[in-house]
Amino acid sequence: MWFYEKKLQYPVRVKECNPMLAKFLIEQYGGADGELSAALRYLNQRYSIPDKVVGLLTDIGTEEFAHLEMIATMIYKLTKDLTGEQMREAGLGGRYTDHDNGLFYENTDRTPWTAAYVQAKGDPIADLYEDIAAEEKARATYQWIINMSDDPWINDSLKFLREREVVHSQRFREAVEIIKEDQNTKKVF
Amino acid sequence: MTQKQLPEEFYPLLEELQATDFVLVELTLYLDTHPHDQAAIQQFNEFAHYRHQLKLRVEEYYGPLQQYGNSYSATPWNWNDSPWPWQI
Repeated sequence: MWFYEKKLQYPVRVKECNPMLAKFLIEQYGGADGELSAALRYLNQRYSIPDKVVGLLTDIGTEEFAHLEMIATMIYKLTKDLTGEQMREAGLGGRYTDHDNGLFYENTDRTPWTAAYVQAKGDPIADLYEDIAAEEKARATYQWIINMSDDPWINDSLKFLREREVVHSQRFREAVEIIKEDQNTKKVF
Repeated sequence: MTQKQLPEEFYPLLEELQATDFVLVELTLYLDTHPHDQAAIQQFNEFAHYRHQLKLRVEEYYGPLQQYGNSYSATPWNWNDSPWPWQI
């Protein structure tokens, strides 16, 4: 069971529309290493992972949905009230044709989100290394977007999200050690 | 779309709730992998208590933050009142 809370995890402030930046941010909405993939990856792995790390996967997976809402808010605010012409000029003509200003789970090049982004091997070490890699890839993607953005307000929110990926990666690394320790203990018996 | 006008004093309160929740989520993830850290557990419980009070103050201005009975409603039903988080 889940509860929705009617607030963002961290403020998202936008001073002016910027459809080009929105186009890049969609990568973190419906891309391979985006927040939807992250949330679904961790919450799905919970059912086959040892009990000791189920809490961590649940909590990080849940936080990813809060990040997904922050990304949606950025895209919403950056493209709000734009005309079709402005969308076309920013390279968003195809997206505008298909969705107007509706959000769609796709990456920056308009490839739709796919379940193939969400790996689940059923092996705890394989799955946790997958998760560490996913966090590092998401961190790198945030960095590349920050490098291209000159919006100080959006960059402030993006830096928050980038730092969350660092923390998640750290916690997953600790989870690997917990699993290893558990496996070694079992060998003794 | 008509949106409820929120008073100036609402915004710092919301930020305080976001900051408090940041402490709580950080401690949650940390404790998920360090379950025996007594000092962290004590800090978690103190912030959980503070959060409970802060939530009520935010809701006085904003209306219910959660549903499924975790927040009270005014009359008429005010869960659906704008602004939603992405409109703030």
